Amino acid sequence: MAGAVHKSSQRNTDRIAWAATSRHVRGRAGDDGGKEGLILGKVVLVTGAARQLGGRYVRRLQRDPDVDRVIGVDAVPPEHHLGGAEFLKADIRHPAIAKVLAETGVDTVVHMDIHGTPLGSRGGRSTAKETNVIGTMQLLGACQKAPHVKRLVVKSSASVYGSAPRDPAVFTETISPKSLPSGGFAKDVVEVEGYVRGFARRRPDVAVCVLRFANILGPCADSPLAEYFSLPVLPTVLGYDPRLQFVHEEDAIEVLRIAAAEPRRGTLNSGTFNIAGDGVLLLSQCSRRLGRPTLPLLLPTVTWAGSMLRSLGITDFSPEQIRMLTHGRVVRTTQMRETLGFEPAYTTAETFAEFARSRGPGLLPPETVSRTVDRLAALLPAASAQTQ
Amino acid sequence: MADAKVIPFGEEPRSRRRAKRSAGAARSAALTPVPPPRQEEPGATAPGEAPEERGASWEQRLAGGLNFLRRRLTGEYEVDDFGYDEELTDQVMMSALRPLYEKYFRVEVKGVENIPDKGGALIVANHSGTLPLDGLMLQVAIHDQHPAGRHLRLLAADLVFMLPVVNELARKAGHTLACTEDAERLLERGEVVGVMPEGFKGVGKPFSDRYRLQRFGRGGFVSTALKSGAPIVPCSIVGAEEIYPMIGNARTLARLLGFPYFPITPTFPWLGPLGAVPLPTKWTIQFGEPIPTDGYPAEAADDPMLMFNLTDQVRETIQHTLYKLLVQRRSVFF
Repeated sequence: MAGAVHKSSQRNTDRIAWAATSRHVRGRAGDDGGKEGLILGKVVLVTGAARQLGGRYVRRLQRDPDVDRVIGVDAVPPEHHLGGAEFLKADIRHPAIAKVLAETGVDTVVHMDIHGTPLGSRGGRSTAKETNVIGTMQLLGACQKAPHVKRLVVKSSASVYGSAPRDPAVFTETISPKSLPSGGFAKDVVEVEGYVRGFARRRPDVAVCVLRFANILGPCADSPLAEYFSLPVLPTVLGYDPRLQFVHEEDAIEVLRIAAAEPRRGTLNSGTFNIAGDGVLLLSQCSRRLGRPTLPLLLPTVTWAGSMLRSLGITDFSPEQIRMLTHGRVVRTTQMRETLGFEPAYTTAETFAEFARSRGPGLLPPETVSRTVDRLAALLPAASAQTQ
Repeated sequence: MADAKVIPFGEEPRSRRRAKRSAGAARSAALTPVPPPRQEEPGATAPGEAPEERGASWEQRLAGGLNFLRRRLTGEYEVDDFGYDEELTDQVMMSALRPLYEKYFRVEVKGVENIPDKGGALIVANHSGTLPLDGLMLQVAIHDQHPAGRHLRLLAADLVFMLPVVNELARKAGHTLACTEDAERLLERGEVVGVMPEGFKGVGKPFSDRYRLQRFGRGGFVSTALKSGAPIVPCSIVGAEEIYPMIGNARTLARLLGFPYFPITPTFPWLGPLGAVPLPTKWTIQFGEPIPTDGYPAEAADDPMLMFNLTDQVRETIQHTLYKLLVQRRSVFF
């Protein structure tokens, strides 16, 4: 049953009421403020609220004075609390989602339920693909039937560009890659974006914003890439040193908030935008900054081992992730700065430093390495003085 | 001497041209103060690369080297969006290529002042030599000889980025894929971009076709330069054609390996790895007068006639300079 309200939100009804009263006070105080001037839609629906990032985004929106009501939707109840927001246990793959949209009078839909791996241990790749593709189709169909929906934000991924040696080094939003992703999550994203474009054509009155995120990383990231960086020894592909870009979780939440609000003066928040922190890190740099040694393997070995581990169900590391860690991917963020008017608070290197701190030291912490070099430096002049 | 068929061009006799050129050189020398050679800068060189620095405290150099080592081992260095690692290029790659540049090919550089000190520029050069050593030598030439110490960002074929190890080194040395997007972005950022429009047709041409410029692709480099208003600097490289005289091409083997050609030289593959040693030819790299592109209207980049004309102009300039340099050359090896 789609309308089943989660228990935690019932318990928090009094907190919602409190938030509603305090909103008017804060709203008046913030009328002349810069950031508080963001006017969000009254009712926001967030899909994928049971995930870490979705949950944090819902909590952040709940504190926003301009939002009346936040409704989190996911197929499974979240393990984290949602800060008093309502939670509806609804599967976006079923047409029941249309009823949710109609009954709640949602005017802003934030579609965050696009992921490479399924949540928890439900199903496998096929479940994830179904949620991504069928879920998006159903959700867009429901939005098309709901006349009060005025804004749609889609959390897409820079995976749409794929990773290939024959593509330009830096992707802009208008580049279409020479070799389109042939399968996996990247293909899902390509299809999802195709449906979103179709929806934008059919409902020109809805502002549609597609955000193509680089790898989202941060202290509580639970992505396959974060798992990879938590391995004691990082397997890499021999002879390749990919360029990687990261976005901090906080920046991801902030940019989603900007996209879901009314555009500020001089900015436009409908369209497609690449989202990434400034700068680039090479995989070798990442491993050295983490203090985790690398194990270079031949490309066929890596591909074969990846498919072995996948079929055994040990890891969900997908072929396109192996491709990303072979050829790398960098996007250009001029549009994000100039049109969307968003400046990320963390650069790629700062995001990675924050992540490295949260993961604890590896086998070869950078501090130990630099101490060893210093000790070497102390020894060498002494030795040379003796010989002279 | 088995030199290429040389057709002397130009309307005036050679002696007058030479006099004019030396006068021009004297004038430019009088106008621009000769900057100190880059290798004398303290701390700018890696340990063990500059013998004249022996006098300086080598402990200081050792400390510098250890600092470098610490930065590399802890990952505390910067790369740009294209993966260009300036520190590694300056300290390690250029030092590794310099013996080849100075001692083996004894590269002579002319007209390096034609590359602007600031802002973007597109260097268009001929391509030859079976293996793209000419690109690397061009990079060392600009790095070591240019008064402002500019770095060349080469545009390379996609094959470079498909080969393991090679792609990693190429990215770190600042090379990127030869495509409009990357070239435009680099020129916008005010970098010196190097392109060899002949591509595989030039680098893999038979020895009998040496110093004959091939077709310049579709002239995409001209529209890229026009869009960013960067001047085009024609560049002629003499000497690279003879390093691996390609007398045959094993097409079947090349197709099997996925390469555009498989060279057969008098020594390769007969002598194995020894046959892959290039011949020690004497090189000359001449940079020509820059061709400005900022005077054209915005829609000029879409004018095919203008594209063809400018492409031809650049191509003719390089070809003429090649012939001139060949006439002046005493021998292939000296």
